[in-house]
Amino acid sequence: MVGIKSYGAYIPRYRINHNTIFAAVGFLGTFPPPGENAVANHDEDTLSMAVAAGVDCLHAIEREKVDGLYLATTSQPYELRQNSALVATALDLQPSIRTADFIGSAKSGTTALLSAFDASKSGGSHNILVCASDCRLSKPGSPQEHLYGDGAAALLVGDEDVFATLEGYYSVTYDFPDRWRAAGEKFEHAWEDRFIRDAGYARVIPEAVSGLLKKYNLNIKDFAKIVFPGLYPREHGAIAKRLGADASQLQDTLVNKVGDTGSASPLMMLVAALEEAKPGDKILIASFGNGSDVLFFEVTEKIKSVGNRRGVTKHLNSKKELTSYEKYLAFRNLAPMDLGMRGEIGIRTPMSALFRERRAVLALCGTRCRKCGTPQYPPQRVCVNPECGAVDQMEWYRFSDKRGVVFTYTGDNLAASIDPPAIYGLVDFDGGGRFWFDFTDCDLDSIKVGMPVEMTFRRRYSDEPSGVHGYSWKATPIRD
Amino acid sequence: MAEGIKDKVAIIGMGCTKFGELWDKSAEDLMVEAFEECIEDAGIEKKDINAAWFGVHFEEQSVGKGATSLALTLKLPFIPVTRTENFCATATEAFRGACYAVASGAYDIALALGVEKLKDTGYGGLPTGPGLMGTKSALIMPKLTAPGAFAMMATRYFAVYGLTPEEGKRMLAKVSVKSHYNGARNPKAHLRREVTEEQVLNAPIIAWPLGLFDCCGVSDGSAAAIVTRADMAKKFRPDPVYVKALQIALSSGEELMYPKWDGAHVETGYRAGILAYNEAGIKNPREEISMAEVHDCFSITEAVTMEDLQFSPRGKVKEDIEAGRFNLDGEQPIQPDGGLKCFGHPIGASGLRMIYEMYKQLQGKAQLPERQIKNPKLGLTHNMGGFPAMNIVSVAIVGL
Repeated sequence: MVGIKSYGAYIPRYRINHNTIFAAVGFLGTFPPPGENAVANHDEDTLSMAVAAGVDCLHAIEREKVDGLYLATTSQPYELRQNSALVATALDLQPSIRTADFIGSAKSGTTALLSAFDASKSGGSHNILVCASDCRLSKPGSPQEHLYGDGAAALLVGDEDVFATLEGYYSVTYDFPDRWRAAGEKFEHAWEDRFIRDAGYARVIPEAVSGLLKKYNLNIKDFAKIVFPGLYPREHGAIAKRLGADASQLQDTLVNKVGDTGSASPLMMLVAALEEAKPGDKILIASFGNGSDVLFFEVTEKIKSVGNRRGVTKHLNSKKELTSYEKYLAFRNLAPMDLGMRGEIGIRTPMSALFRERRAVLALCGTRCRKCGTPQYPPQRVCVNPECGAVDQMEWYRFSDKRGVVFTYTGDNLAASIDPPAIYGLVDFDGGGRFWFDFTDCDLDSIKVGMPVEMTFRRRYSDEPSGVHGYSWKATPIRD
Repeated sequence: MAEGIKDKVAIIGMGCTKFGELWDKSAEDLMVEAFEECIEDAGIEKKDINAAWFGVHFEEQSVGKGATSLALTLKLPFIPVTRTENFCATATEAFRGACYAVASGAYDIALALGVEKLKDTGYGGLPTGPGLMGTKSALIMPKLTAPGAFAMMATRYFAVYGLTPEEGKRMLAKVSVKSHYNGARNPKAHLRREVTEEQVLNAPIIAWPLGLFDCCGVSDGSAAAIVTRADMAKKFRPDPVYVKALQIALSSGEELMYPKWDGAHVETGYRAGILAYNEAGIKNPREEISMAEVHDCFSITEAVTMEDLQFSPRGKVKEDIEAGRFNLDGEQPIQPDGGLKCFGHPIGASGLRMIYEMYKQLQGKAQLPERQIKNPKLGLTHNMGGFPAMNIVSVAIVGL
């Protein structure tokens, strides 16, 4: 029986209050409802968040057991260069896996999930990690700006040891032109809101859900939780009512806490539902975007043995308000900011070197000496332990999932940074290994020598002339 | 153990330009000025030079690759010229090349010249470059700048020796105040203004915990030396200065990648010091070294260097700083010319600039009487290139 074996999620640390948006661009007529959105830091994007959710999901699971990675998004950094392959590399998955990008619609998250179940069911790929992540750019002052938030979810799909079995599914597809973005365009277009709500959201979701209920001869009351995106909060409740569901069955949409996270939205809600699920619970999940996919799950006894995950709940509670709208624009590169002449000196990425060093750069793998056991980063041929010095006795050693402590640090006002000071330092890893890293998601005052840190995958730079986003790992205070 | 080059090589001439933000001078102008002073001091002619070593670090900012720019600028007549580059020890490496050349007997007279033209970048601080790790820098190095890299050593020093940031910063402020005092008295220095401890402490933070006055000048300049075999030296002048030791040590990766280094000292500085003391036959550096020019790129670097070179016991430099031991009128003057802090730091010239100061002090020719150190016997110079976790240190000892 195929189902879900593990879950994870990621919500960036920053939140922007809708009032902050209103104070800045309210003159344009935008009038956001109360709430806040999760906002990616300047070094985060769709791929970094997908990796973070993947890390959460794969906690205590051997990476070698993952047979595929599907990435769902509408805000992929690359049109050519498979985004899922990059995420798979960052997660240090085996090369012998299947990867695919599911793009172009907010329902791509559920479509990726369905495709993963199909693949798992066919026996071709037993365990597939589905990451859904969105970090969408909105025009300043647009309704999307307060509607959209940034976030990611990850689900490991498999055919054994599952804690939620896939019991049924149903899809409808329409070329519903609510939102679109032509190739090469930076921002999306949207048709009139009332059209999207009345001719799309309020019709398509009930159609798809009713289709599933009919197909499997189910009653809406059978479900402990009903998950579908909350683009229109009032309509969200009305749909449920029309379907005959109780308000208590509705999974919180996160729209006033995180925002609508596009492809990730239904999957993040599903993760939140699973966090509270009990054996025997039936969960229904529906997406919205050019149609809808509906899936339903039954939770098994194994839900009790799900290990420690940050999921949605822990990430929700770990936050810092971004009080400056201007900083928000700067983080998203929506307003040109002066970094000085030093900041104009770009990095050109040696792609062949990046490929050669991919495990070191993207997966934060170093080596461990088989002779003396010393972990070392970056990978070495000659052991760095002065008492050892063995040559070519190395095995790969992954640092991305190791914690460490701050050996030393600084906050640098000279280094070009969109969010000065640039904080960096040396990290001593638990179990051995030391290297220098940029620090992120922290304030200089909060960093102390000896404090614990963990590693997080980030977009470290943009190499605009080459069209390359430079990713690698940074250190960050442990987000518990 | 190898016998070393103690007393085998003598300096017979030196030159050094004024350092500073020299908007009207090119690297070539500076090379000519340093060379002209140097050759006049040596009392020789250009045709007497058998070979030359040329140091420049950020060649892409000034003269380009290779050694041709020295040959072309000075119109050296088809002699061997070699380019050296080893971070901030670049000029000392040029000097080392020239010294080894005459010590080996390959040549009688050799020139070492270092130059750096830093102020053509358009921004403050050192030029950003490919960094310490080549193509890997772009891929895995944090956005390290020099102030940030050394600030991390200050953070660490404070943590290891239990200093509050206030105590630590005040200790470092005294280092800078002393160098500003010395620089103010040196006509060739870049920064010639005295500062108070309070000014240093209240300056804007460049990289926490280092403020503006914890950082050395970023300067243009050039310095040069002419060396010969020791047994020939007196033919040229009555007061040649002899090379007693010339050593370098480089990081093995241990500091950056193996969790043993305490981060509160520079391991290579300690190692290069030992190598140099062995070569020069020095048993007690605190007593035997009369004066030194060390690599005070940042105040913290000077402080830990006092410990690395065994001038102060580990963790105890604060006491020596507070006692004024390293002041111009102290027991062991450090940075009598103002140091990198105030004389300035054109990277490819700094090592030779330091030797220039020791040479002049040993000869009793420190321009102004208030600058002259009384009866120095041995002078030490020290360069540190790279960052505390990954670097090169050179130590030279010269004497009469």
